[in-house]
Amino acid sequence: MLQKGIIRSILEHDKGGKILITLLLVAAVIVPVLNLLLPETSPFHLSAYNVTLWGKYLCYGLLALAVDLVWGYLGILSLGHGAFFALGGYVMGMHLMREIGSRGVYGHPLLPDFMVFLNWGELPWFWYGFDNFFFTFFMIFVVPGILAFIFGWFAFRSRVTGVYLSIITQAMTYALMLAFFRNEMGFGGNNGLTDFKDILGFSLQEDTTRSALFALSAIALIVGYLICRYITQSRAGRVATAIRDAESRVRFLGYRVEHFKLFIFVVSACLAGLAGALYVPQVGIINPSEFSPINSIEIVVWVAIGGRGTLYGAVLGAILVNYFKTWLTTAAPEIWLYFLGAIFVGVTLYFPKGLVGLLHKMKKNQKVNIAKGEAKP
Amino acid sequence: MTEFGHTPITDTPETPRDKDTILYLNNVTVSFDGFRALNALSLVVATKELRCIIGPNGAGKTTMMDVITGKTRPDEGEVIFGHHTDLTKMDEAEIANLGIGRKFQKPTVFENLSVFENLELAIKGWRSVKNCLFFKLDKATQTRIHEVMETIALSSHASRLAGELSHGQKQWLEIGMLLIQAPQLMLVDEPVAGMTDSETEQTAALLKQISQDHTVVVVEHDMEFVRELGGFVTVLHEGSALAEGSLETVQSNEKVIEVYLGR
Ligand SMILES: Nc1ncnc2c1ncn2[C@@H]1O[C@H](COP(=O)(O)OP(=O)(O)OP(=O)(O)O)[C@@H](O)[C@H]1O
Ligand SMILES: [Mg+2]
Repeated sequence: MLQKGIIRSILEHDKGGKILITLLLVAAVIVPVLNLLLPETSPFHLSAYNVTLWGKYLCYGLLALAVDLVWGYLGILSLGHGAFFALGGYVMGMHLMREIGSRGVYGHPLLPDFMVFLNWGELPWFWYGFDNFFFTFFMIFVVPGILAFIFGWFAFRSRVTGVYLSIITQAMTYALMLAFFRNEMGFGGNNGLTDFKDILGFSLQEDTTRSALFALSAIALIVGYLICRYITQSRAGRVATAIRDAESRVRFLGYRVEHFKLFIFVVSACLAGLAGALYVPQVGIINPSEFSPINSIEIVVWVAIGGRGTLYGAVLGAILVNYFKTWLTTAAPEIWLYFLGAIFVGVTLYFPKGLVGLLHKMKKNQKVNIAKGEAKP
Repeated sequence: MTEFGHTPITDTPETPRDKDTILYLNNVTVSFDGFRALNALSLVVATKELRCIIGPNGAGKTTMMDVITGKTRPDEGEVIFGHHTDLTKMDEAEIANLGIGRKFQKPTVFENLSVFENLELAIKGWRSVKNCLFFKLDKATQTRIHEVMETIALSSHASRLAGELSHGQKQWLEIGMLLIQAPQLMLVDEPVAGMTDSETEQTAALLKQISQDHTVVVVEHDMEFVRELGGFVTVLHEGSALAEGSLETVQSNEKVIEVYLGR
């Protein structure tokens, strides 16, 4: 009862958010039903492939939400959020590797295949604990969170802003990519982590597991949305907006700008990590290419296309763009990046507020037209 | 125009740090690439005083405020707040929380927040992230914000975005933010720039009223306005205090006349 009250107050005056959450709740129920309960012959049956595909889109939605929180509300154009996503993914990947146990190709009771292949004698210390799901769950937030904290601590205290900050976020993800490519790092090098078998004892090949992961992604997105929305409509959110628009003015009012930036940046990184952790069991692999700088730039493009600073717009942008990406990369893979570039330029030029802004405008025009129509005799 | 003394000419308080001194600048020098924006500036402001700083463009008035509020670190000299708080060792937020508020020359309000929200962010207290996350607007705070909106004649614009206000209204909103912040010392940089005559008059009345319980330092070019305020005047020129006294005294000072006519 109390919970309901809190959620209601968080979503006050947020029509877009209410619609999004309703749709996600419906999807979390309907999608598994269409996949599990309808026979494959039914025209409404949803294939496991599609369930997983949409689960993946929802993870991207959560990632876009994380980026919108820092970019749309705090003005930090992070071009490195792919790194937090990938770290969350690696944490989950390590757990899934440990779950394989002795069922690997080499049948080693403790070491994942790639370590046996590299002739490693024992498990590196940083792989300890990941056989435990709760420890893993904790680390999904802790690992990206700590990176964001250390990065933000230095960047925000020395007041790096604007383009310079964006460039060092790119450098961060690029450096991590190079590091993870190395076999000596102990994360499977080039190939990353893959060949997962099951999660919490449920086979990843099973339709029920896939449906459950989809539903979990939807729920994670809802929770992430509520957290972001809570922050942005609190006084802290208003301070964030103030920082975005006139940072030094906020300091002269006595706010510690770097603390606000750090807090929101870390929350955002944790959400990105959660998105990565849900993504990995659904796609079945995590490798260093997830750190690639271009990935982080793509996330920003989703947010810009959907509508920066609206939260639900970011989710909408992520899902729509990736839907088209799936479609286009099967139809004509070589033109995808050009296409993405073109819509990005088009949107920033003609609809600087993204699709959400466009929708608002259309609605306004409609109202004006109706008013005009009524005014006519 | 050779050597304008570094020591102010008239009415300098004998002991620079009386017990009721709130701000004391001692020999403050700020250089930008060799150019001295402030040149061994010394200044003493007493508690509850209304001080006007005048001086030609580029005299260093804004730079002086930058030094007091921690935006610019002086190369030399000390800036003491109250009895022994050295402001040169602190950053902007610390200084603001000590009770020093500032209105900028170019009005800076939060354009994408409403008038009400601008004032709400300025109100004293709730500065940490944790407090801000769990902040609930209480009745007393709300009343206080409405009072201030009344004072700055923006009551009917409470929910308008600050960015939509006229230039004069933005100036007033920023003064309102200063007021609600309730600092001990207010630094007000050119509050009436771009205001109509009647707005200027109202602003003077408002600042006079504020100075009953706060120390106010006003920088202004508008002599009519300075006369209206009627406070003690310091003339700044090339980064040092050229003269101090009542407006009449400084206006009859030969060096001041030379600086103003000779420029
Ligand atoms: N950050 C800076 N870098 C270089 N020079 C500066 C800087 N800030 C101020 N100055 C210079 O220092 C001098 C004093 O500037 P300041 O803004 O303090 O003058 P002012 O008295 O406020 O003038 P105005 O009446 O025009 O506002 C000017 O010559 C200005 O060009
Ligand atoms: Mg100035």
